[in-house]
Amino acid sequence: MTNHLVLSLNNLSKRFGTIVANDAVSIELHRGEVLSLLGENGAGKTTLMNMLFGHYLPDSGTVDVADEAGVMWPLTLGHPQAALAAGIGMVHQHFTLAANLSALDNILLGSESLLSWRQNRHAARAKILGIMDRSGLTAPLDERVGNLSVGERQRVEILKALYHDVRILVLDEPTAVLTPQEADTLFENIGAMTKDGLSVIFISHKLREVLAFSNRIAVLRHGKKVGEIATDTADETAIARLMVGADTPAVPRPAMQPGAPVLALSGVTVKSDNARNSLRAVDLVVHGHEVVGIAGVSGNGQSALAALISGLATPDQGEMSVDGIQITRFNPQNLLKVGIGRIPEDRHHDGVIGAMSVSENLIVERLSDPDIQKNGFLRRDAIRAHAAQLCQDYDIRGPGPEAKARLLSGGNIQKLILARVFECSPRLILANQPTRGLDLGAASEVGRRLLEARHRGAGVLLISEDLDEVLALSDRIIVIHDGQLIEADTKDRAAIGLMMAGENA
Amino acid sequence: MIRFEPRETPSRALTLGVPVASALIALLLAAIPLAFAGANILEAYGQMAKGIFGSTFAFTEMLTRATPLIFTGLAATLAFRARLWNIGAEGQFYLGAMAAVTVGTGLIDAPGIILIPIILLTGAAAGAAGMAGPAYLKTRFGADEVVTTLLLNFIILIFLQMMLEGPLKDPMGMGWPQSEPILDAGMLPQLLPRMRIHAGLIIALIAAVIAQIMLSKTVWGFKLRAVGENAAAALHAGIGVKRTLMGAAVVSGALAGLAGVSEVAGLKGYLTADLSPGFGYTGIVVAMLAGLSPIGVVISAVFIASVFVGADSMSRAMGVSSYLADLVVALSLICVLIGGFTARYRILIVRKGAA
Repeated sequence: MTNHLVLSLNNLSKRFGTIVANDAVSIELHRGEVLSLLGENGAGKTTLMNMLFGHYLPDSGTVDVADEAGVMWPLTLGHPQAALAAGIGMVHQHFTLAANLSALDNILLGSESLLSWRQNRHAARAKILGIMDRSGLTAPLDERVGNLSVGERQRVEILKALYHDVRILVLDEPTAVLTPQEADTLFENIGAMTKDGLSVIFISHKLREVLAFSNRIAVLRHGKKVGEIATDTADETAIARLMVGADTPAVPRPAMQPGAPVLALSGVTVKSDNARNSLRAVDLVVHGHEVVGIAGVSGNGQSALAALISGLATPDQGEMSVDGIQITRFNPQNLLKVGIGRIPEDRHHDGVIGAMSVSENLIVERLSDPDIQKNGFLRRDAIRAHAAQLCQDYDIRGPGPEAKARLLSGGNIQKLILARVFECSPRLILANQPTRGLDLGAASEVGRRLLEARHRGAGVLLISEDLDEVLALSDRIIVIHDGQLIEADTKDRAAIGLMMAGENA
Repeated sequence: MIRFEPRETPSRALTLGVPVASALIALLLAAIPLAFAGANILEAYGQMAKGIFGSTFAFTEMLTRATPLIFTGLAATLAFRARLWNIGAEGQFYLGAMAAVTVGTGLIDAPGIILIPIILLTGAAAGAAGMAGPAYLKTRFGADEVVTTLLLNFIILIFLQMMLEGPLKDPMGMGWPQSEPILDAGMLPQLLPRMRIHAGLIIALIAAVIAQIMLSKTVWGFKLRAVGENAAAALHAGIGVKRTLMGAAVVSGALAGLAGVSEVAGLKGYLTADLSPGFGYTGIVVAMLAGLSPIGVVISAVFIASVFVGADSMSRAMGVSSYLADLVVALSLICVLIGGFTARYRILIVRKGAA
């Protein structure tokens, strides 16, 4: 590792209305270095990187970036093209792919002249296959991105950045959707590439990764840089304390006797146009007082399972019952009514209505409740009091209950959804990737609430690609692979990892 | 280089001040073609103001012109809030008008207190049916409602011409393609003696207030907004998205139908195929100008009617081409729409190379 400076962010500040997202943040990055950017949700990590990449224009501050010869130049801010030209690439936390184009087209998008498209496609494909070979990241290049799973889309995003020959790569939570093995491969290969001079800024909440993978760690809190440590002198609790300002309590999980079955699937098949999103003759039982964790790589039928239990898909074969009563009408209204609470995978897309207020989002599943409405008219005062109460109970922080939900940070949006789900005391909770993209504080809050529901007697079906989370929360672990469920009798990471890859251990 | 950034919370002064300022800028810009046409600018604007506020007659004429625009503006507003792109208000307008002359020209003989509600209801029902079809095709088969509603306008207009040459044709109409007149009992009452302003305006204002309440204070409106803002989340939360879209479609179509009823049973008395100078399409502009707010629709309908009526009367008084009136109208719309944009977005001028 050399000591050449390649990037320097100087006192960047950014405000959104009254919210200060970044307050005079300065960060330096050296050639061949992996710098981790840590912080709670809403700490301003993504905003900072979006300013670097030209998506946002900072209110003040400058950025200097080195050219190929190592000379520092000021970067034109507010222009993604300028950032790209300076050799900065970014993989966003929220995908920026065009769903109706193929993976290959998405990777090429913006990098190829339209006129020479035909001739260059071949060479481009060869180059991408080369990158795939070296990085271990694979994606079906000719498949439309709309048909790809979340995990595959993320891989396309990373490939897209690597394809642009970047010298500085920003990864915003890249491993959230990868298997442990895939993540390790990614780290290995990025490690190899940093030896060739690539510098990486790595945003993650997974301390294990941050400690294993980075050279230096910068911690943001409330938009300010609160600390910077060399990784070899850091330890997990010290970093966690810097991030949240206090130690995070471990999640206590007392042993419990499972109750009567709450959810039962027998021989359920859900077909879909996309073979990767189907269930094949699945049996599953979730009891009361029980957390069942579904582990697996994305795109193995998790979305079909979640859609089925949310009421968005109807089984082609087989039966589903809740509390022993067979479900005949598969729609979200009916499944809510029988007592299923749902924490959706994509909380921005399926969980909240961003342009409506927090208080409105808190009642969206209870519109027929007489506490909420009378003769079809909304009970304003009751709704306002309800929102104030839930914001307090669930610690939903933001500009206030009447502010639009999209102004909340990811963690607070998830708290809003938790409040909405748990308030109705559901019999079964479907938690689909409930902590993806959340910081430690919010993630442990989710875990605590799920275990609280288990204590109360509810069944919890936890679908997660974060194996650590599944291991920490679940009473039983079931691996999903290729639309089928396999009960894992072990809690051994490696064995489960192999089952996730389709090899029966 | 100019960049646009959305303002998270547009200030109240901005939302109110910008439309007014942009209307003034439009008038300034309109002075250029007026000067080319050789008119005295100040006198032209004087005539324009006179055409709107110069007399009770002028003012009531303007409000009469605004009446159908309030209805069609509300029709567009309610549909658009649900992200249902009803471009077919023009056709639904004529469906409502046809229904009004079908039941109002002698089919039913009853006193006004019974006949008028029947005419209003059948007109609204006809308009609702006209939008329910495309909405059904959208929710059932995913057919794009922009295409279906737009094309339906032409089908309805040609159907109307056929009806006016056939079953609906007035035998006493000297061969003109027009319907029989609506019975006196079926006509909406005049609001002022010797003026054309009629009770349709009152109905339009009541409709705007009801629409505002429905949108902001009822579960129905909540569902409609939820579906419009994020249909996936609404569906996930157990809101019947298809049913909500059908509801929005029916109400939107009914309002457009009422515009037709109001014109035929409030103003003209009989139906011709040129009853609407594009009220259905102008309603879209009215709605966008109002930022899809029902009460805002009333204001923007009055504004657009003022420009129409004022520019018209100015071009007659000044002896300049009537196309200049259209030009003034167009300039006003462009300015106010750009103005509305600046109220919602912050415009930043970024110098190249600046850090």
